[in-house]
Amino acid sequence: MTFVFQMTGGRVTLDRRPVLRGVDLTIAEGEAVAILGPNGSGKSTLVRALLGLVPLSGGTTLLYGVPPARFRDWKRIGYVPQRLTAGGGVPATVREVVLSGRIARQRRWRRTSPEDKAAVADALAAMNLTDRANDPVHALSGGQQQRVLIARALAGQPDVFVMDEPTAGVDAASQRALADILTTLVAKGRTVVLVMHELGPLEPLISRAIVLRDGVVVHDGEPPQAVGVHARPGHDHVHPHGPVERDELLRWTS
Amino acid sequence: MIELLTFDFMRRALIAAVLVGLAAPAVGTFIVQRRLALLGDGVGHVALTGVALGFLTGTAPVLTAVVVSVLGAVAIELVRSRGRTGGDVALALLFYGGIAGGVLLIGLAPGGSNATLTSYLFGSISSVTELDLWVIGIMAVAVLAVVALFGRELFVLCQDEEVAKASGLPVRFLSLLIAVTAALTVVIAMRVVGLLLVSALMVVPVATSQQLTKGFRATMLLSMAIGVAATVGGLTSAFYADVAPGAAIVLIALAGFGAALALGRFVRRSRTQESAP
Repeated sequence: MTFVFQMTGGRVTLDRRPVLRGVDLTIAEGEAVAILGPNGSGKSTLVRALLGLVPLSGGTTLLYGVPPARFRDWKRIGYVPQRLTAGGGVPATVREVVLSGRIARQRRWRRTSPEDKAAVADALAAMNLTDRANDPVHALSGGQQQRVLIARALAGQPDVFVMDEPTAGVDAASQRALADILTTLVAKGRTVVLVMHELGPLEPLISRAIVLRDGVVVHDGEPPQAVGVHARPGHDHVHPHGPVERDELLRWTS
Repeated sequence: MIELLTFDFMRRALIAAVLVGLAAPAVGTFIVQRRLALLGDGVGHVALTGVALGFLTGTAPVLTAVVVSVLGAVAIELVRSRGRTGGDVALALLFYGGIAGGVLLIGLAPGGSNATLTSYLFGSISSVTELDLWVIGIMAVAVLAVVALFGRELFVLCQDEEVAKASGLPVRFLSLLIAVTAALTVVIAMRVVGLLLVSALMVVPVATSQQLTKGFRATMLLSMAIGVAATVGGLTSAFYADVAPGAAIVLIALAGFGAALALGRFVRRSRTQESAP
């Protein structure tokens, strides 16, 4: 079995505040993993650390068996950040942003190839953005921009998708579209790691859930059921929908 | 227009103007996207120290300016990426250091005075020498080559540094590349519009262009066209009206921005009406 991510005793400190406090986890090829937990539990930091985007202050992490700093096969990785950082407002079209997802597969001296164009067209179609391809991304709604970011990762045709809250601000129809695409990708053996607030329409494809609280893993295994689970004694499921409910959950889980 | 070309100095000045008009907005597009619009100003101030160093050591000021402004740009990038001090504070420190260093050093140079620096601060395109032209030409080609060769990677970097890293791009190298390219551009533009107005040529054509365009590549190409129109237009009108070329170039660019702002609003409004059911 090939492990995509292997973290041992992973610690991350940001601005002298411990965000991850000793995380052990392995994710194998072909798994569909949801990383759950309340705001500030370290979900985003965990996936960024797995990719080597934030340095560890303790422990080790391996990406396909090598430390991220020595990893070279980045075309296997598709990272979808939480939101589009549009820079200083120089416009970019949807197509330009999605095409940039091909960067790890492009050679410096080569022009955009027919394969690049086909992959971009497929990604645009999959995210239902074909008719917006020539619009500037900053003219799109938040949910549409999220779809652009997902399309950018799809265009790179990676083996592993790491998505940070891909359903945040995305309407229900697009969430279902995303669920369909991810289901197809998982069926093809792709690895999917999703940071999420709630499972929603993506629930059926998730085979494993990792729940974080205060920078440590408090649950790793079966995805928690969406209904009635909070009452189950001893369950470490943290599944916040709103501030009030979260407080209640924290009372349950502490 | 033809009579302009009968003057040797005008021919040199026009070539320099075209090169600067092309190079400055090309780099400027990335700089603006990275929210570093004032980088050019910071490097420009540092370049003044370089110019004075040239006079002090008897070296060509344009060459010492290259060296010192590249060092300054690298320093800005290092401070920015460490994130310890805010990028704006780092830039401010360089502003003061650069001007103070320039004024101090020029006073030490034999026969040098602040008046010597004026032609660099405000530009003096009509006094461009053969050597200047060569340096400007080579660096302009280098700048445009960087943009052409690394444009794709720089685009990803300027969009999102973490995504660039997760795509396997050499983020630190590319960041330094942008900073150094910006420094070279400042020195190229120094003789044309002056160090105090250099940044205008990197920023204003881009700001103008993005009022009218939807894409990144389109913004860059249009801003280069606007840049050339402004430098050549400014130089020509300065020749006939006998005003300072650097100021004329920047004011023409700003007038273009005003026009684009109005036009862009009009274009966008008619676009929304079209798409309305």
